[in-house]
Amino acid sequence: MLEIKNLHAKVDGNEILRGVNLTVKPGEIHAIMGPNGSGKSTLSYVLSGKEDYEITEGSITYNGEDMLELGPDERAAAGMFLAFQYPIEIPGVATMTFLKTALNAQRKARGLEEMPTPEFMKLVREKAADLNVTPEMLRRPLNVGFSGGEKKRAEILQMSLLEPTLCILDETDSGLDIDALRIVSEGVNKLRSPERSMIVITHYQRLLDHIVPDVVHVLSKGRIVKTGGKELALELEKNGYADFVDEKAA
Amino acid sequence: MNAEARVQGTQAEQGLIEQFAALKASGESSADILAVREKAFGAFEAAGLPHRRVEDWHYTDLRSKMRTAFPIKEAKSGGVLNIERLNACVFTLENGRLNEALSSFGDLEQGVIVRPMSKALAAQTPEAFGTVATQDDALVNLNTAFMQDGLAIRVKDGVKLTKPIHIIHINSEGESASYPRNLVEIGEGAEAVIVERYVGDNDAAYQINALSEIKVADKGSLIWVKLQQDGEQAQHIGSTAVHLGEEVEFDHFTLNTGSQLSRSQVFVACAGENSKIGCRGVSMLSGKQHSDITLLVDHAVQACESREFYKSVVDDNAHSVFQGKIIVAPHAQKTDGQMMVQSLVLTDDAQVSVKPELEIFADDVQCAHGSTTGDIDEDLLFYLRARGIPEAQARQMLIIAFLSEVIEEIDNERVVTLLEDLVKEWLEAKKG
Ligand SMILES: Nc1ncnc2c1ncn2[C@@H]1O[C@H](COP(=O)(O)OP(=O)(O)O)[C@@H](O)[C@H]1O
Ligand SMILES: [Mg+2]
Repeated sequence: MLEIKNLHAKVDGNEILRGVNLTVKPGEIHAIMGPNGSGKSTLSYVLSGKEDYEITEGSITYNGEDMLELGPDERAAAGMFLAFQYPIEIPGVATMTFLKTALNAQRKARGLEEMPTPEFMKLVREKAADLNVTPEMLRRPLNVGFSGGEKKRAEILQMSLLEPTLCILDETDSGLDIDALRIVSEGVNKLRSPERSMIVITHYQRLLDHIVPDVVHVLSKGRIVKTGGKELALELEKNGYADFVDEKAA
Repeated sequence: MNAEARVQGTQAEQGLIEQFAALKASGESSADILAVREKAFGAFEAAGLPHRRVEDWHYTDLRSKMRTAFPIKEAKSGGVLNIERLNACVFTLENGRLNEALSSFGDLEQGVIVRPMSKALAAQTPEAFGTVATQDDALVNLNTAFMQDGLAIRVKDGVKLTKPIHIIHINSEGESASYPRNLVEIGEGAEAVIVERYVGDNDAAYQINALSEIKVADKGSLIWVKLQQDGEQAQHIGSTAVHLGEEVEFDHFTLNTGSQLSRSQVFVACAGENSKIGCRGVSMLSGKQHSDITLLVDHAVQACESREFYKSVVDDNAHSVFQGKIIVAPHAQKTDGQMMVQSLVLTDDAQVSVKPELEIFADDVQCAHGSTTGDIDEDLLFYLRARGIPEAQARQMLIIAFLSEVIEEIDNERVVTLLEDLVKEWLEAKKG
């Protein structure tokens, strides 16, 4: 279970998160919506341990463990995964090498043996085929020369290989056409399980037609200003964020 | 100018003068060779050891860094050499002397002739020396004055060697100097891969000044790899002078990880049209290492293409120097020269000095240079760590990725694998 309490975070002296409270139980899918600049990506980075942020108040615990004490790799080993809004290109690091290194690093951290290469290859090929990630993409350096949509599919491939227990998807729908959106959503839905939680960050309702959330939150100016069921997303789609944003800003 | 005209010489310069007098007195050299030596030493003596006010040596002040000049000492290395042999024809020099027992004169391929330089020095006409290394460079001159042993290699016209030639220099004798000299000729349409590797005892403070003069005839192809892995207290000066005919493919790669102080000089003269030249290198430095790569590519004729691509990873208090000059002569139209230098600086105390220069006298050319210097990209590091890869391992991956970009440009799988392994070895050793 993820528990975020009164989380305040600053970057370059500006307070971006201003008291976020959020509890995500195993098996739940929470959507976080909100206007551009409201702090959604910041929240995802702070959760996964990016160093540019100064946490001034509050706490993050996952399965009872204080996440703020852990580095990004330790959080990943604890089961967290962030699918980046803008996955970066890593020239010189072959995709396959990267996938294998990441998988085995996490297995090692959890006291498991390295996965034998043939088994690993088979696993990657199967999952890649599901997500329409071509063997040619797997031969390239990580994300290098991938289109926007290919990068997003590659993120979900990583997620399904690493089998995290907490998936954070930051605007995974942006830059995807309808077909790609369907493929990606199917990939995500396959991972739904009673043990696995998800935080789905999105600007638009359309992703939530495919990945149906249990809870929807509206983030505005670094705070969760409204929480509701999946119908809240529809309401936002119709009326925009203006209601919530103004309500709080006033 | 004579010695008296200069301000009093340093201790090292005095030592060299005495050593040269002794060499002359020994009567070992033939009159012809002695004349070559004397001419070179005279030129050296007139200028002395180069220092910061000598432009080409600005960043590597040898006069202050080389306090004493050690004498040549004859000694066996004794140590068993535990390095992979690349499935090559191996030749071994110990403390500057060829050890024939550790050299595979016996299993040379057809069409290649290799002779010990000591024998060549006795028999060779003096004209053989200094035809490629024409620079009036103090350290080139010093090598010529004291040149000792090495290999004379000739690959006959049209012969394509299937096995690399691997020249291993082992130095283990403290307070000694060695002056290896190689003469290499790659015949018309011939092909070869030559790897020279310098290794040494970490406990021995030795000095090495090596020079290879290399000629590649028309349509010849040569990959020349220099692995500078000398011992931690070594001072390494190595010069590679190259003369290229027409339609030659020449690739040079320097891997620099050894020595307290090193300077690798590469002089490439394009004398024939339509040649393709690649000069590349990787330096990995830590502690207080100072390493200087100085490159000169002279496009004296038209329509040659050169790529100069160097990368360094600089840790602790180390200092990496790169000076690269591309000269394009007035009539050398259609020259294409691209130089790129990239440095990864891992600490605040590490230092990088980069001086790329283009001297272009022709108008219809494509030449450019660029350089970047920075630390490991934090965003890349975060991405890898966010996937569960521990920080130290992620840093290693990014360093390997950074260096691979230049290593992978070499068109020889065996060499690429060797270099990548050496990069990993360096990273592993640094971790411990
Ligand atoms: N590194 C940074 N330096 C300064 N401001 C930043 C930085 N990163 C984000 N911000 C600011 O924080 C706010 C929230 O950004 P972000 O979390 O990316 O929002 P969202 O993902 O909701 O669009 C924005 O106003 C943005 O300009
Ligand atoms: Mg965002």
